[in-house]
Amino acid sequence: MSDQSGASGNLDPSPVSSSSYTKSVSDFIGIGLLLFLLVLPKLSVLFGAIENYIFPAPYGRFQNLLSSNFLHVLILIFLYSAMSQAWNIIGGYCGQISFGHSVFFGIGAYGAGMSVVKYGMVPWPGVVAGAFAASLIALMISYPCFKLRGHYFAIATFAVVEIFNRMFMVWDWINGALGLDYPIIEEGWKQFIWYDSKVEYYYGALALMTLIFFIVRFLETHRFGYYLRAVREGAEIAESLGVDSTRVKLSAMALSAGITALCGSFFVQYNLRVDPPMVMSLDMSLNFVLITVLGGIGTLWGPFLGALVLIPLQEYTRAWWSGDGLDLIIFGFMIVIVVLKQPQGIQGIVSNMFKTKKRE
Amino acid sequence: MNTFLQVTIDGILNGMIYALVASGLSLTWGVMDVINFAHGEFLMAAMYLTYWLAFYGGVDPLVAWVAAGLFGFMLGWLVFRLVVVHCLDKTPMAALLATFGLSMMLKNGCLYLFSPNYRVLSGTWLEGKKIIAGSLVIPLPQLVTSIFALLMVSALYLLLRKTRLGWAIQATSMDREAAELMGIDTRWILTLVFALSGACVGVAGGLMPMYLAVHPEVGSLFSLIAFLIVAMGGFGSMIGAFFAALLIGLVESYAGFYAAPVLKYVAVFSLYLVVVQWRPKGLFGW
Repeated sequence: MSDQSGASGNLDPSPVSSSSYTKSVSDFIGIGLLLFLLVLPKLSVLFGAIENYIFPAPYGRFQNLLSSNFLHVLILIFLYSAMSQAWNIIGGYCGQISFGHSVFFGIGAYGAGMSVVKYGMVPWPGVVAGAFAASLIALMISYPCFKLRGHYFAIATFAVVEIFNRMFMVWDWINGALGLDYPIIEEGWKQFIWYDSKVEYYYGALALMTLIFFIVRFLETHRFGYYLRAVREGAEIAESLGVDSTRVKLSAMALSAGITALCGSFFVQYNLRVDPPMVMSLDMSLNFVLITVLGGIGTLWGPFLGALVLIPLQEYTRAWWSGDGLDLIIFGFMIVIVVLKQPQGIQGIVSNMFKTKKRE
Repeated sequence: MNTFLQVTIDGILNGMIYALVASGLSLTWGVMDVINFAHGEFLMAAMYLTYWLAFYGGVDPLVAWVAAGLFGFMLGWLVFRLVVVHCLDKTPMAALLATFGLSMMLKNGCLYLFSPNYRVLSGTWLEGKKIIAGSLVIPLPQLVTSIFALLMVSALYLLLRKTRLGWAIQATSMDREAAELMGIDTRWILTLVFALSGACVGVAGGLMPMYLAVHPEVGSLFSLIAFLIVAMGGFGSMIGAFFAALLIGLVESYAGFYAAPVLKYVAVFSLYLVVVQWRPKGLFGW
């Protein structure tokens, strides 16, 4: 038997070692970025003022820069990097490559959706119920699946997505294949719905992403995070040192699934419509994996960098070439190149740049 | 009883077609532990080739499968040399993701070139022909494809077991380094195996336009089912994959007829989960 000891998350056998110096630099950049993103929508007022009072008409480009389309792209970047970061906990840090995360995403989306559409309530009870349901279902699915190794595990997660997708399509309680369409209701933070402004969604997505990045940053330097990486590098060795690998994997999966469900809830509140293929499909599942791998699997910044490159690429190529598949051809090509040439992803490129700078 | 027999026949015919698609995948998985995610897209590309040959050249799929097989062989060769060979020394996940990127390029390339329309080939030699025995109906295109599947799987089996080349392939799959020390050019063997796998799926793609519509998404479901079959059959076991394919075909057909058509894939995917619980390395795996 060839040695298939687990689907190791790291594409490169030698992971980047991050010293405490690079850690504090990365924290510094992170907080700076967060502050910048917090004031970014306010800048449009500033730009507007500059445009109106200082430079008149010919320079009127600034306001376009912060148009609602630009905000939309930013919201998607935040949402996708939050989702991928949730996946990164189990896929990157713990090394269990799951292609089943769209199931949890879908459950979260349906939680909020059912709460608003079927019961006419605010989404929040559905959000909480969805997150708990996703964690519970993750535990139930993963327990048998973690017995499997390598490709057998990956294919089992594919199978789970297909089963859930088809069951949701014929489940009358949640409207089956028709999906849930949001009615027009009152706007506001209580309902978490806005119809002609994106700024609130922007802050919502930013808050979600910040929360998840803080959780992962916390894990990186705490006991549980070390357990996760120990299990990734070798479950048998970790067990010999007293780490209960099954328990670690299960808790990581439950955490990851719950957070993924939160992202799903945000997605449905932003999209105002959900049907099974939209949230529970292999394509959706692969988004989680690809963004993380492209950005840098098992690193704190990987999911953000991946989303920062992929989402604008997708959105703007679709806008310029009218979505006839050209954007996805480029996307596929980039994946091939990154996997072959730069297994540490964009994160690897960035940290290499830092290293050469330090030497100078 | 007759309905049951008819459903069984349909299941077996379907299973044979799955076996034809999965045989190539089983080969690459067994020899180099690589899941070729673009397998379904190879199938789709070969189907388009046959379609255009028939549409513009008037070549019947019963002849065009030779061209499709050659095309699959070359595609496999090229993909191995350009992409997969660089993934072999990394983890299994690297090859999976790289070939996934490739599958996206192929799928969307065909979408870009040929539009997402379903294309149905008409006027083939076997179109609408069937064997009628009592109340049972056996459609001839499916039957011919099934016979091809049987021949292909037996040919591959004999190649692996009875020829010197097959022994070299087996040696390579067991221990690459030791095989190299025995004077086997493993890089050449691996390239050949990947190309052969492409040829298998190319032949499948050459025959299938006889009764299936061609469109850019056609490969996705087939490749998913092929993954299930290969995993259920067990690590690189050609015979295991063949029986798993028949089993999946039968389950799909029974579930579709006796439960509900929407549930047939639920049954198929659940079957995989149940089987790997019982045998985590597949039916014939070790």
